[in-house]
Amino acid sequence: MTIWPEERVPALADDGFETVDMTINVGPQHPATHGVFRMVLTVDGEKVVDCEPYIGYLHRGLEKLTENHDYRQSMGWWDRTDYLAGMACEMAYCMAVEKLGNISVPLRAEYIRVMMVELSRILSHFMFLGAFGADVGSFGTSFIYAWRERERIYDFFEEVAGDRMFPTYFRPGGVQMDLPENYQDRVRWLLGSIRQGLEDFDGLLVGNEIFVERCRGLSPVTPEQAIAWGLTGPCLRATGFKFDLRKDEPYSVYPNLTFDIPTGTSGDVFDRFMVRMAEAYQSTRIVEQCLDALSQMEGELVLNPDLPKTLRIDSGECYVRTEGTKGEYGVYALAKGGNKPYRMKLRSPSFCNLSALREMVIGTYVADAIIILGSLDIVLGEVDK
Amino acid sequence: MLFADPLFDLPAWLDAVIRIVIVVLAMTVIVVYSTYGERKLVARFQQRLGPMRTGPWGLWQGFADAIKLVGKEDLRPKNADRWVFELAPYATFIPVLLTLMVLPFAENWGVRNLALGVFFVFAILGLNIVGILMAGLGSGNKYALLGAVRAAAQMISYEIPLVVSLLCVVMITGADTPNGVGTLNLNTIAALQEDRPYIVLQPLAFLIFFTAMLSELHRAPFDIPVAESEIVGGYFVEYSGIRWSMFQLTEYASMWGFAVFGSVVFLGGWAWPFGVDSHWAVQLATTFTKALAIVIVIIWIRTTVPRLRIDQLMNFSWKVLLELSFLQLVANGIILYYGWPQELLALTSAVGAAFLIFLIIRHASARSTKGLLGTYRTLGASSS
Repeated sequence: MTIWPEERVPALADDGFETVDMTINVGPQHPATHGVFRMVLTVDGEKVVDCEPYIGYLHRGLEKLTENHDYRQSMGWWDRTDYLAGMACEMAYCMAVEKLGNISVPLRAEYIRVMMVELSRILSHFMFLGAFGADVGSFGTSFIYAWRERERIYDFFEEVAGDRMFPTYFRPGGVQMDLPENYQDRVRWLLGSIRQGLEDFDGLLVGNEIFVERCRGLSPVTPEQAIAWGLTGPCLRATGFKFDLRKDEPYSVYPNLTFDIPTGTSGDVFDRFMVRMAEAYQSTRIVEQCLDALSQMEGELVLNPDLPKTLRIDSGECYVRTEGTKGEYGVYALAKGGNKPYRMKLRSPSFCNLSALREMVIGTYVADAIIILGSLDIVLGEVDK
Repeated sequence: MLFADPLFDLPAWLDAVIRIVIVVLAMTVIVVYSTYGERKLVARFQQRLGPMRTGPWGLWQGFADAIKLVGKEDLRPKNADRWVFELAPYATFIPVLLTLMVLPFAENWGVRNLALGVFFVFAILGLNIVGILMAGLGSGNKYALLGAVRAAAQMISYEIPLVVSLLCVVMITGADTPNGVGTLNLNTIAALQEDRPYIVLQPLAFLIFFTAMLSELHRAPFDIPVAESEIVGGYFVEYSGIRWSMFQLTEYASMWGFAVFGSVVFLGGWAWPFGVDSHWAVQLATTFTKALAIVIVIIWIRTTVPRLRIDQLMNFSWKVLLELSFLQLVANGIILYYGWPQELLALTSAVGAAFLIFLIIRHASARSTKGLLGTYRTLGASSS
């Protein structure tokens, strides 16, 4: 299978029977587009000869909204970019504001943040595992398997921040409030359940011959191609290129933590799946270390107490990039005085990863196009901002 | 036996009508409860409860669904071909209904006891695809068209192994009949299995039959024509309300039809293990239990496995199942021609079945799943 076929499928087949390519519209209401994404596939029988993605159905003007709100008021908008892992987005936004205003963050708050971000990463990756199983056709079983662990994590989020999907828990200078009293036991129990969930997925999907046959060798990507297309995150690491901002440009307390960067070998759909699975496992290790560190500093501050009621930043410009759940989640911020940023720009990993879709699906089957889209693990809130 | 002779000395046509009405009514109730049963079973596989609100344990859910579906507006897309679109559900339903006419549910319990029962079932079931193509072409929808074409391609591919695997059984019935000639009469085939079901003699044929049956029924992992995550329901994507439920009825009726058919041909039908002289209620319960077992396995497979791709599906049929089924046919022929013992039939078929299973799980075992996750774990561990 080639990613770029040498030539388009000819309109005149060998036996002289004239065939016409058919366009089918996939989305925006389609079970496999993970939101309101639309792609127009041109198919020759079952083969995809062209693919045109259309985005923007979920555009909410995040950047403009941020420019028109107080620094703290905007928190909630940023939850809604990568809505499968709201805290990871809050992290990037807070880091950008803190860098602009030279705000320090207490160490305990940093550990809490990293713990919550890694739990969010697990949330997001479980969502991927479940939805991808459904894309490949396992009739919702994988979806429900994923939901069990996700619900447990969401329950913990609700207890911590009062909300499940959009916690708005982080603040510039720390986090909103300290963790609930029993968090140590709860999170440790959660971790056990997450590892069990990963084992279940291993048995349900990876142990299945059909699943392996469907995913192995599908749309392989070389590291060079991945870099040329701007892929980041698990899609890049699946090609064997070891690039993770948590290791390569460490931020927060990541330098103090021991974890591995799982990589694939061929960059195919199967490797993308396995890399996410292994990453979720690594995240449980990080959370465990955060718990150990947090138990050493009970009762310390979680929010910088020296901050004014209204955050005003005279001037500054920065670009902060973090390892979001889908890839490099970057925030460019420009302040020109006042309590609002002059410009906020989001570099969203889903958007950049999605741009490689066309090259990946051309030459594959219709069924493959669906799972290639699924393997990119886009979240439309982040693509459309 | 109750149904062996015409009921109450009625004319033959009236007797047949009464039997048809009984079969159709029973089938409707069974279908309503198989949708309920499937939802409950799937829910249990997925750690859920399933329908719980409609009556005790949600028992009336099937009827509630039926009422809702009947009450829905009968929508027709603007660019649909009116008559083709509207007649398609009947064109799929009637062949399936006709196959039920020859199935023996107990000794001579059936609408008609045809001498060519096996042949009749496949001759009629082949018409099913006409309705599906009508639905696909008449809907004026590209998803529906893709689904219908997929269904046609799949049907052509899997019909051959299906029929050949049944021929294997029909061949060996010749060894059991007094005159040495095989039979296509389903009632006789069941009666011949009084001592042992034919699955013992022909495990490979049963495996092929079961796989091809899944494909004919558009059930996972062969649900390519109705793939929900790809073509959102396939050929019946544009149907709603009563017409949609006709397709649903067809799907479940054919599932039960195939299950009864499979249990008659391979699992001994009503005759095994209680013998041909058992009470008709016992025979009926035996057939039903066997068919239920097949249906449950179908649902179990559906909840577990992902979907194949169209080319993999074709490869599996043309490159694996077809060859194996013909090999079985030839082996049976040689063994029967020379009059070798029946144990040899069982042995060759078991070897073939083992080979088929090996073919299927070969990759999975080579790619040792636990090892894979382990590889990825250690791969990172060496680096940190």
